[in-house]
Amino acid sequence: MSTIEETQVTPVTIGGTRGGPKVRTLRKDRWWLAPVATVAGLSTFVAYSAWAAFVNSDYYHAPYLSPFYSPCVASNCVYQQLPIIGTWWRISPAIIVLVFPLGFRLTCYYYRKAYYRSFWWAPPACGVSDARSRYTGETRFPLIWQNIHRWFFYFGVIFVVFLGIDAVHAFDFPNGWGMGLGSLILTLDFVLLGLYTFSCHACRHLCGGQVDQFSKHPIRYRAWRTVSKLNPNHQLFAWLSLFWVAFTDLYVRLVASGAIRDPRFF
Amino acid sequence: MTTADNPEQAQEQPSTAIGTSPLSQATASASPGASGSPGASGSPGASGSPGASGSPGASGSPGASGSPGASTGGSSTTSSDVVMRIWRGDSVGGEFREYRLPSQPGEVVLDVVHRIQATQANDLAVRWNCKAGKCGSCSAEINGRPRLMCMTQMAHLPADEPVTVAPMRTFPIIRDLVTDVAFNYEMARRVPPFKPRPREADGTHRMAQRDVDRVQEFHRCIECFLCQDVCHVIRDHEENKPSYAGPRLLVRYASLEMHPLDTDDRRSLLREQMGIGYCNITKCCTEVCPEHIKITDNAIIPLKERVVDRSYDPLGWVGRKISRRS
Amino acid sequence: MAGSSAGSMSSPPGAPQATASITTAAGELPLHDYDVLVIGAGGSGLRAAIEAHIQGARTAIVCKSLLGKAHTVMAEGGIAAAMGNVYPQDNWKVHFRDTMRGGKFLNNWRMAELHAKESPDRVQELEEWGAVFDRTPDGRILQRDFGGHRYARLAHVGDHTGLEMIRTLQEKATAEQIPVFMECSIRTLLKDANGQLTGALGYWRASGEFIVFRAKAIVLATGGIGRAFQFTTNSWESTADGQSLALRAGADLMDMEFFQFHPTGMVWPVSVRGLLVTEGVRGDGGTLKNSEGRRFMFDYVPEMFRAETADTEEEADRWYTDKVNARRTPDLLPRDEVARAINSEVKAGRGSPHGGVYLDIASRRSPEYIKRRLPSMYSQFMELAGVDITKEPMEVGPTSHYAMGGIKVDADTAACTIPALFSSGEAAAGLHGANRLGGNSLSDLVVFGRRAGLAAAEYAKGRTGTPEIERGQIDAAVAAALEPLERDQGEGPYELHQELRETMQSLVGIIRTGHELEEALERLGKLREHAKHVKVTGGRKYNPGWHLAMDLPSLLSVAECVTRSALVRRESRGGHTRDDFPKTDPEFAKVNHVTSLDGDTVIVRAEPHLQPPPELAALLADDPPAGSSTATGSGTGSATAGGNPGATAGENPGATAGENPGSTAGGNPGSTAGGNPGSTAGGNPGSTAGESGSKEENR
Repeated sequence: MSTIEETQVTPVTIGGTRGGPKVRTLRKDRWWLAPVATVAGLSTFVAYSAWAAFVNSDYYHAPYLSPFYSPCVASNCVYQQLPIIGTWWRISPAIIVLVFPLGFRLTCYYYRKAYYRSFWWAPPACGVSDARSRYTGETRFPLIWQNIHRWFFYFGVIFVVFLGIDAVHAFDFPNGWGMGLGSLILTLDFVLLGLYTFSCHACRHLCGGQVDQFSKHPIRYRAWRTVSKLNPNHQLFAWLSLFWVAFTDLYVRLVASGAIRDPRFF
Repeated sequence: MTTADNPEQAQEQPSTAIGTSPLSQATASASPGASGSPGASGSPGASGSPGASGSPGASGSPGASGSPGASTGGSSTTSSDVVMRIWRGDSVGGEFREYRLPSQPGEVVLDVVHRIQATQANDLAVRWNCKAGKCGSCSAEINGRPRLMCMTQMAHLPADEPVTVAPMRTFPIIRDLVTDVAFNYEMARRVPPFKPRPREADGTHRMAQRDVDRVQEFHRCIECFLCQDVCHVIRDHEENKPSYAGPRLLVRYASLEMHPLDTDDRRSLLREQMGIGYCNITKCCTEVCPEHIKITDNAIIPLKERVVDRSYDPLGWVGRKISRRS
Repeated sequence: MAGSSAGSMSSPPGAPQATASITTAAGELPLHDYDVLVIGAGGSGLRAAIEAHIQGARTAIVCKSLLGKAHTVMAEGGIAAAMGNVYPQDNWKVHFRDTMRGGKFLNNWRMAELHAKESPDRVQELEEWGAVFDRTPDGRILQRDFGGHRYARLAHVGDHTGLEMIRTLQEKATAEQIPVFMECSIRTLLKDANGQLTGALGYWRASGEFIVFRAKAIVLATGGIGRAFQFTTNSWESTADGQSLALRAGADLMDMEFFQFHPTGMVWPVSVRGLLVTEGVRGDGGTLKNSEGRRFMFDYVPEMFRAETADTEEEADRWYTDKVNARRTPDLLPRDEVARAINSEVKAGRGSPHGGVYLDIASRRSPEYIKRRLPSMYSQFMELAGVDITKEPMEVGPTSHYAMGGIKVDADTAACTIPALFSSGEAAAGLHGANRLGGNSLSDLVVFGRRAGLAAAEYAKGRTGTPEIERGQIDAAVAAALEPLERDQGEGPYELHQELRETMQSLVGIIRTGHELEEALERLGKLREHAKHVKVTGGRKYNPGWHLAMDLPSLLSVAECVTRSALVRRESRGGHTRDDFPKTDPEFAKVNHVTSLDGDTVIVRAEPHLQPPPELAALLADDPPAGSSTATGSGTGSATAGGNPGATAGENPGATAGENPGSTAGGNPGSTAGGNPGSTAGGNPGSTAGESGSKEENR
């Protein structure tokens, strides 16, 4: 039961005079460095991934499939993986699937911090004033939609499965099983995206975060413990997987376009 | 910085010395005219200006007594001086004033503030209690960063520039470094209290250590209110105060919601009145927490997820409908 | 700073609103009316207020700091309660016995009994209010070994039990909507023409404005007197306020000479001077060394402990792992022995550069071990002092820690010697006798806090009529308080305070002698004269100089009580060591020293010490190794045989069964029995042997 009705709303005194000088911040260190770096990193990725998604070519070179195009669900895919979308879809098949990883990252608790700080400047750094005078956080449209993060997580899990299949497929060369540099790159992509996905806060909650008495739920406790160990590195996994997914696409692209040759180990 | 390393001087140890206090001119170097910008509006001008109380204060200041040699020696060499820019003022107005005094090894910011208080500005208002990082009273903004003065070593601050000490920004000022933190206590009064389930047959409550680990992390909170201070939701937007509990209180809610004995459900309250949606998880609260509580990851985000369980998860909603029917 | 919405201009925004006002020379002052006024918001004040509130009394709390900042937060080790969760043999009788032995039998036996019986309930109650103690594998409250406690008895939360306790009580008080006057300092207790207590006068620290309380009963829970000393583990608040208020209101103080010095406080760097270094450092293998690198404690083993103390370093080191065949390291001798030894080393010129000795665990244990066993010590020194205790030795010296003495109270009701006044916690005397056991302070707070609140509420209920506030007293007190602000010249409060602290530290410190105490009295007298002319700069608004100036008289008068009591106790016992009377004197086991104020003069008188009734005395007389009947008959017997040697003996410097027989059987009985028949005979032997178990651990 909720106690909202019983809660006494004691008045809060507001509007007192604050101390200290009226300046944006008293910090003298280079607090702007982190937001600038974040803007640079995220912008580069967005620009590259948009281009890579729309270009609709060079995303498959057997047995490597660019993760931007996986799972390839349109009939116009070069690599017919799961053609559930008919021929009416004419533009890049990446557009269909990219919305999910994009949404997952957009609503991710780490990325929210990153872009609220660096793009919104709310706040740009700790102890530095917000850029805007009004602030309502995630209490109303559209930002209240950040709460659907766990749905993107569910899709994220499906994507990780497909990336796993892609990684296995990356060893399945037209002339039989083998291993090229691309196989390793795709495998690492799968691992990093898996780590990023399963270290997610929503995953941690669903595993056991919602439980109050762990001793009554030993399995959920173990799952929660495992995710809790990954979770502090969520930011790290977020950046690594972001970088690596773009790099994987680039690698496949370069191989597919013939710019480089994929070294075969066996 | 290291003038007191001279063991001969330092061996003069008060605990065994039976003598009067070392009436050295410890901090004679207190620059009388050091104050910063002149004539800020209505600041309590003359009171406590360095010159006013400087002279008698030098004797036996707490800091000076330990190693009298150190401070005496230090006062002559300006190279080992520290310069503190401390906010002086009240609700009418204020300004930074500069205080110069010999540095002593191993000091934290609060030590230096105390020495200024004892020797140059008797009425310098500062709130403190334990000076061991356990009570959370001496919160301030040091070089623009919210920190405990007793846990900030001078040696870790840039030595070549004045150390700026300002009161917490988010709360109304009372005087100098002291702010009115009533907001936090008012918010605490709104918290629906702990509601335990009945005891076991043997009269005890049984909980496993793994049941209480999470709550124990939250109970480490010393209520320094640095997280409240740094949180931009109220730091930069005064108007949000009535509808946002702030990180400290969200940690409190988390400790209740995750308490293995608690039977209450505060999720709607969190969403509708405590403003959990205002938090945009920019993690400054975690950055400043002197107890290293992972406020965002372990308290606020799990609470947000619990609120999602209740209010934003269609599956959960359907599930509740069904379970209510049956 | 608390409560609801704004009141008059003198109350800070958010403070409880006054219902009336009173006209004084200083103008209209807000008047607040309550049944029970609790002064102090540490563990005991909060518990008292909660109890009085539950009993239906209109209750308010006044505290000098913000709510939740009281010195209780500094307590680390745990709260002693004989719940028997770890050792089922434990029960209140054993706890009672431990407490009495630790206190050298000068304890108020009834308080010790109540304390031992009720603390388990109080701990359960804290849990019921939301505290989460560490757990045993079967889900009950885990209990930890501590010196002086025979069994693992301390319920704890890591090493921040005090924080858990104060937060729990604070939240309970908040949930009960008890009004709290934060950063409000009480200057004086008010009485009517008949000498009846009517209320109190205080001031808001923030505004400097005065405030008047009318109350039917008042509870003093103001804590200790540590700020009278140079090196102290206490926070600034421990300025003897309650003791001084009681004294000036005509109540008695008791046992003021007994003051606990912890042997290991940091002396350097400045930032951590006086800060406690837990005995756990030595318990986990740390050892004391002088400037020559010698483990000097081997030179200071007193005759009494020789039989049970290692005489070679090899044996001492072996003891950590082999408690059966090796004897205890002298580093873990009783606190007073260790503190005295450190003192002697420093005096002999073998101290560290800053006047302490070295406490070295870095060269003896691996960094991983140190970080695992002493996490808060590690991080505390790392963060506060830049000292890495896994790499370098610590410099340590004795630091003042806890006042066993305080306001004289009735055991059952916590009533002071004047009506309507109650006291509990460190401010009150009696439970700890000559020396306090670690962990007993936290349980003291809640056991007697509750009793004080209960009795105060009862008293208020029975008191008829409205207390009449006398205007004259307020005028005088306000004028006296404002004087320092109005003087053109005079001494600064900080210098006077510093001189007081140095005087007390050097002359009334851990080792005392008659002539030094005399000298201290002389200096205190001078200081008191100077304090009458203290001058502060600045205004009334949050002026720490002014606050200190007002605290000085309290500290000075209570410091004098300590000194005068110390002068008349011509023996060494517990937290009182006289160089000129180094022996324990059985005659002094018969008396407690009571101090009171006659005008401005401190009077000391000896009052007969209350002897426990035979059935309780029997618990004390029997030393556990000798007679297994001590507490629970068979239970104790088996404990001595099986339980103790391993686990308990390992952690517990004091209470092990093994070390007592020698001292009890051989050492004292003869001499003591001659002097004191009956219960005292049983008493004294323990008093010296019990040292071993006494004075353990930080609060």
